[in-house]
Amino acid sequence: MFKAKVLVKRRPSILDPQGKAVEKGAEHLGLNNIKNTRIDKYIEFIVDTNERLFAEKEVNEYCRKLLANPIMEDFEFTLDEIR
Amino acid sequence: MKPKFGVVVFPGSNCDHDAYYSLKKVLDYDVEFLWHKENDLKNCDVIILPGGFSYGDYLRTGAIARFSPIMNSVINFANNGGYVMGICNGFQILLEAGLLPGVMVKNKSLQFICKDVYLSIENNDTIFTRGIENKEILKIPIAHGDGNYFADKETLSSLVENNQIVFKYCSKDGSFEEQYNYNGSLMNIAGIINKEGNVIGMMPHPERCTNPVLGKTDGALIFNSIAKNIFQMKADPALA
Repeated sequence: MFKAKVLVKRRPSILDPQGKAVEKGAEHLGLNNIKNTRIDKYIEFIVDTNERLFAEKEVNEYCRKLLANPIMEDFEFTLDEIR
Repeated sequence: MKPKFGVVVFPGSNCDHDAYYSLKKVLDYDVEFLWHKENDLKNCDVIILPGGFSYGDYLRTGAIARFSPIMNSVINFANNGGYVMGICNGFQILLEAGLLPGVMVKNKSLQFICKDVYLSIENNDTIFTRGIENKEILKIPIAHGDGNYFADKETLSSLVENNQIVFKYCSKDGSFEEQYNYNGSLMNIAGIINKEGNVIGMMPHPERCTNPVLGKTDGALIFNSIAKNIFQMKADPALA
């Protein structure tokens, strides 16, 4: 079994309205050095196989087809074996 | 004497005009809109934080609105005994601001719920409920995705001990079965008040049911209760 940790990020060129709205809050707090707030997605799950290659393939597909939209997002992941 | 209500307008508020309309046109009270970028509460006697989706509900509901310039004034006003009422998103903002304890999480059904519900009045010794006579159950609509009230054990017991739970979701006859607890709130909580009795938050929308033309008017009972009691309370703080 593997524990997968996926990070899905919008491409830097794509506007992140949530990041912008949250940064407004920082301004109101008087935190004037906060720039370029981006809110990404961190996703964890278990992959129930002992074959690393197979796990990688499945996670890749999960990311490409569901967790991320490849038109505007990039993803990266790690797989840690659970014993 | 008529009280003057102030309705705060955040970017993303969408029940601000309902509140204004109900208070001014239906109930004939004085009302002012208060823009989120301002600091001036314009001598209002009661501040309403209306429903909606302030700042797009980004991060957490109410999390960003809580730092709006107007909120500094609202927090000072509340800390000095001023009356503040948060409705729906306004309740969520009060929770984020720490003026009321607890948080709102996603409804247990994961669905946005928009429907008329019944509320039992659990505490009729507040400015917001004292004027509601001969009625123990109100019919008021809810409309929210994040209305599932959560707090730790100590907070809950302190709410109970201090009689801070004002409204609970219930059946038409006032029973508390799970099916009437639409969003999954702990103890069916629909509305709570602070210990001092001047800050209330409620998920249901009284501003949506004041005009008889719309078929229900129980919301008016709450606003009229405020109007009926506010100057009396100010004159005699022991009542508050």
